[in-house]
Amino acid sequence: MTKEYKTITEISGPLIFLEKTEPVSYGELVNINLPDGSTKRGQVLDTSHDKVVVQVFEGTGGLNRESGVRFTGETIKLAVSSDMLGRILSGSGDPLDGGPRIIPEDRLDINGAAINPYSRLPPEDFIQTGISTIDGTNTLVRGQKLPIFSGSGLPHNEIALQIARQAKVPGSEEDFAVVFAAMGITNEEAQYFMADFERTGALERAVVFLNLANDPAVERLITPRMALTAAEYLAYEHDMHVLVILTDITNYCEALRQMGAAREEVPGRRGYPGYMYTDLASLYERAGVVKGRKGSVTQFSILSMPGDDITHPIPDLSGYITEGQIVISRELHMKGIYPPVNVLPSLSRLMNSGIGEGHTRDDHKAVSDQMYAAYAEGKDLRGLVAIVGKDALSDRDKKLLEFADMFEDRFVRQGLEEDRDIETTLTIGWEMLAELPESMLTRIDNKFIEKYHPAHKK
Amino acid sequence: MKGEIYRISGPVVTIQGINTRMYDVVKIGHERLMGEVIGIEGDRSIVQVYEETAGIRPGEPVENTGMPLSVQLGPGLLESIYDGIQRPLPLLRDKMGDFIERGVMADGLDQEKLWEFKSTAKAGDAISGGDVIGTVQETINVEHRIMVPPNVSGTIDEIKDGKFKVVDTICTLTNGTELQMMQKWPVRMPRPVSKKLTPDTPLVTGQRILDGLFPVAKGGTAAIPGPFGSGKTVTQQQLAKWSDTEIVVYIGCGERGNEMADVLTEFPELEDPKTGRPLMERTVLIANTSNMPVAAREASVYTGITIAEYYRDMGYDVSLMADSTSRWAEAMREISSRLEEMPGEEGYPAYLSARLSEFYERAGRVESLAGLNGSITIIGAVSPPGGDFSEPVTQNTLRIVKVFWALDAKLAQRRHFPSINWLSSYSLYTKGLADWYNDNVSPEWVKLRDNAMDMLQQEAELQEIVQLVGSDALPPDQQLTLEITRMIREIFLQQNAFHPVDTFCPMDRQYKLLETIQKFADKANAALESGVTMQDIVKLESKDELGKVRFDEDFEGALKKVIDKMEDEFDSLKSEDYAATATAKEAEQID
Repeated sequence: MTKEYKTITEISGPLIFLEKTEPVSYGELVNINLPDGSTKRGQVLDTSHDKVVVQVFEGTGGLNRESGVRFTGETIKLAVSSDMLGRILSGSGDPLDGGPRIIPEDRLDINGAAINPYSRLPPEDFIQTGISTIDGTNTLVRGQKLPIFSGSGLPHNEIALQIARQAKVPGSEEDFAVVFAAMGITNEEAQYFMADFERTGALERAVVFLNLANDPAVERLITPRMALTAAEYLAYEHDMHVLVILTDITNYCEALRQMGAAREEVPGRRGYPGYMYTDLASLYERAGVVKGRKGSVTQFSILSMPGDDITHPIPDLSGYITEGQIVISRELHMKGIYPPVNVLPSLSRLMNSGIGEGHTRDDHKAVSDQMYAAYAEGKDLRGLVAIVGKDALSDRDKKLLEFADMFEDRFVRQGLEEDRDIETTLTIGWEMLAELPESMLTRIDNKFIEKYHPAHKK
Repeated sequence: MKGEIYRISGPVVTIQGINTRMYDVVKIGHERLMGEVIGIEGDRSIVQVYEETAGIRPGEPVENTGMPLSVQLGPGLLESIYDGIQRPLPLLRDKMGDFIERGVMADGLDQEKLWEFKSTAKAGDAISGGDVIGTVQETINVEHRIMVPPNVSGTIDEIKDGKFKVVDTICTLTNGTELQMMQKWPVRMPRPVSKKLTPDTPLVTGQRILDGLFPVAKGGTAAIPGPFGSGKTVTQQQLAKWSDTEIVVYIGCGERGNEMADVLTEFPELEDPKTGRPLMERTVLIANTSNMPVAAREASVYTGITIAEYYRDMGYDVSLMADSTSRWAEAMREISSRLEEMPGEEGYPAYLSARLSEFYERAGRVESLAGLNGSITIIGAVSPPGGDFSEPVTQNTLRIVKVFWALDAKLAQRRHFPSINWLSSYSLYTKGLADWYNDNVSPEWVKLRDNAMDMLQQEAELQEIVQLVGSDALPPDQQLTLEITRMIREIFLQQNAFHPVDTFCPMDRQYKLLETIQKFADKANAALESGVTMQDIVKLESKDELGKVRFDEDFEGALKKVIDKMEDEFDSLKSEDYAATATAKEAEQID
């Protein structure tokens, strides 16, 4: 039986400070017994002979100096099992669905361990999401971490759900699972997700961790780690291809800032802690494919950019860690286009290894590059048209302008339930490019033009 | 000497009861985690630990190795893949599986492998630090020169030949000193040289915009700042692959695991364009991804540069890529904040600028202690948050480096690669390297390049007007300028890193491409003056065909064809019956 200490000297925000303890290890899990009989959990943040600092996950409400503190001697672990599929758990891993506790097959440290870069396999399996702007121009591959950069009031949840429903590797029948972690989202949003999971039967293949807006902020720091631990377990021990959806990273970062402020740390940019890059990396980097193991972890996180500002520290630091981003555009959304993906600032860094012959189709890169270039130029011209009018444009420019409109209307726009396979996506691409004179298709090899251009193809 | 842990706060551990010097390496706790002393307060020392500290308690034992953080230098460095503190990653994988656990020690050099040592010095020779006493064929094309450690001198008593392990004694001095093939060097201390020389040779990279417009000298320093998604990593990898240096040290500092995996998989498969052997045979890779311990990330840059200096001392040209120095600076910031130091700008420690300049100063073309000429070229990537170049890391870097390759997300969005902005990039080496270009490429080169730069500048100004009034409103000669600069941009500046031929463009091809564009420009100008319309010039097929020459394996042949065609086309524009053909064509169209 471990000792119970009643030596709290200070309580400050989510932190408690203790004195006169036995040596306590760093990162250890702590149980706190409140005078009213309830218990809370926490973790050691700083430990020395004289003083121990503990952050309390459920918040310090109701704590007083008479509360008893027990150190468990181990770091935070998650009980994992393949029976987790179909379960709804709280942000700290307790069942919320009225079901029994998970009977653990293993108990894993939620911080995980870094994958040895030498053990990683470069991701290259094309994941078909059925959304043209992703499959066609910002291809997702297995093992990638590709967040959605969105803003408040934009349909990122719909897009995430559509991807969760439709994502597959064409021609493969392997086991897949979805791990969904909500961090500080509203009850309403959570209901929306749960209803969709239930409607489509996806819940059977999903593990859900819910930390809602009114749950303690500190808990948000462990929720994604629990989710990723579960994902890694399913991927690496049970050979599943796991898609992890973390929403919303911004709420996670807010919690991080709150903790930093409570610890009176020196703040970095906009008050976020200086170690936020490393901290975010410890989440995002838990995606990948490991040599010799069948499963994979793919991350599709949602991040709402405060004030639609892509240079805000949260999207900015994320962009440096993740392998690209899908940027949702308010402008397209206002035009009534769904999914309002702005392909220009969007990027998939792993696209080139996941497309082309043997993955998608040999002309994929050429078509994508050409559409990108034409759309970028066409979009620029809109600014010019506003000043000089359409008539002042050269024929070439007029074509590009039309292309930009067509691109948004035919390629970007699609239905909420519309699942386009990659052939369809590329065909739409070619149909649009065929409207441009062939001499403008400078990024496409002649052999592809002969093979796929509607004018040449019989 | 034993002490104990007093306090643990993340990667920063305070120890007591033990005497330490600054930067001594200490072993922390029962698991003997590796750490480095970074501060001393009374009888307590502050240690940054290179491994995860969860589960460690106050009171656990601490041991001082009495040595600063050092790397093992000797045969076997090449082809290695290390973490930030020179532990071979393949070995770590064998020892602890796919995930990096802690408390595992691993030698940087294989202590068991036998190397064929050939002596070049003999008994009775007086030797001093830096002298080469023998060679080992480390890989097929790299001869590893075994040097006397910098602080050793004396007369050789005995020197052996044959197969040895790196730790075997191969040479004994009359004063009793025993020399091995392996030597150790503390990473934070630059290896001594006899003198520094002025860089006068360009680093040829085969990347047209770099060699052509913004060259870096061998022994120089360059920075690639770029907002995310602007192709920084691809540019660095291209440099590592194609630079004409003998040794490449690539430091992946705090970068993505999947990208590192790509580098680690791709490099061993790459062929060295000069020798046809795997590029890996002259490469050392250091990979410390963003989720590996932050203190090891801080050290990785020093580990890399020390290895680079070692090969430089052998008389080799070394290029060192650090991707990304921003992540390194952030590691400093993180540790500084754990130490509760007074922060400077944006939370970075006040010594950020000093550390950056110390690092870049370790580049240079030098005469080694033994009188050999070697160089280290540092190419550091910077990742400015939000693409804002005014942030401290970028600014402090720009104060030091001589070449700036400004990556531009806008260009990347247009799929213009490499997306280096030709208007905001600069190189301070162009003047110093002019002689080399005169002697080795062509006396015309400097003029051609200046001309191209000049036109690109003009284009930027013209584009502003075009934005307002449209291109048709410009006079024909300015329209021609726009057409020519479009050619410079699309044919010369753009380069496809993934195309087997275009990925590397030797200097003479670069010259010929630019020369041909210039020839086209001259001819077009003359044609304009003789009354030919802009529309006819734009229609010339040779112009479009020139764009495809860079993809052709038979470059010379393809180029010749294009030039011939170009001459024919311009001749036909000029010929007396030009007017007649023009009318005929119009008639055809009416039909």
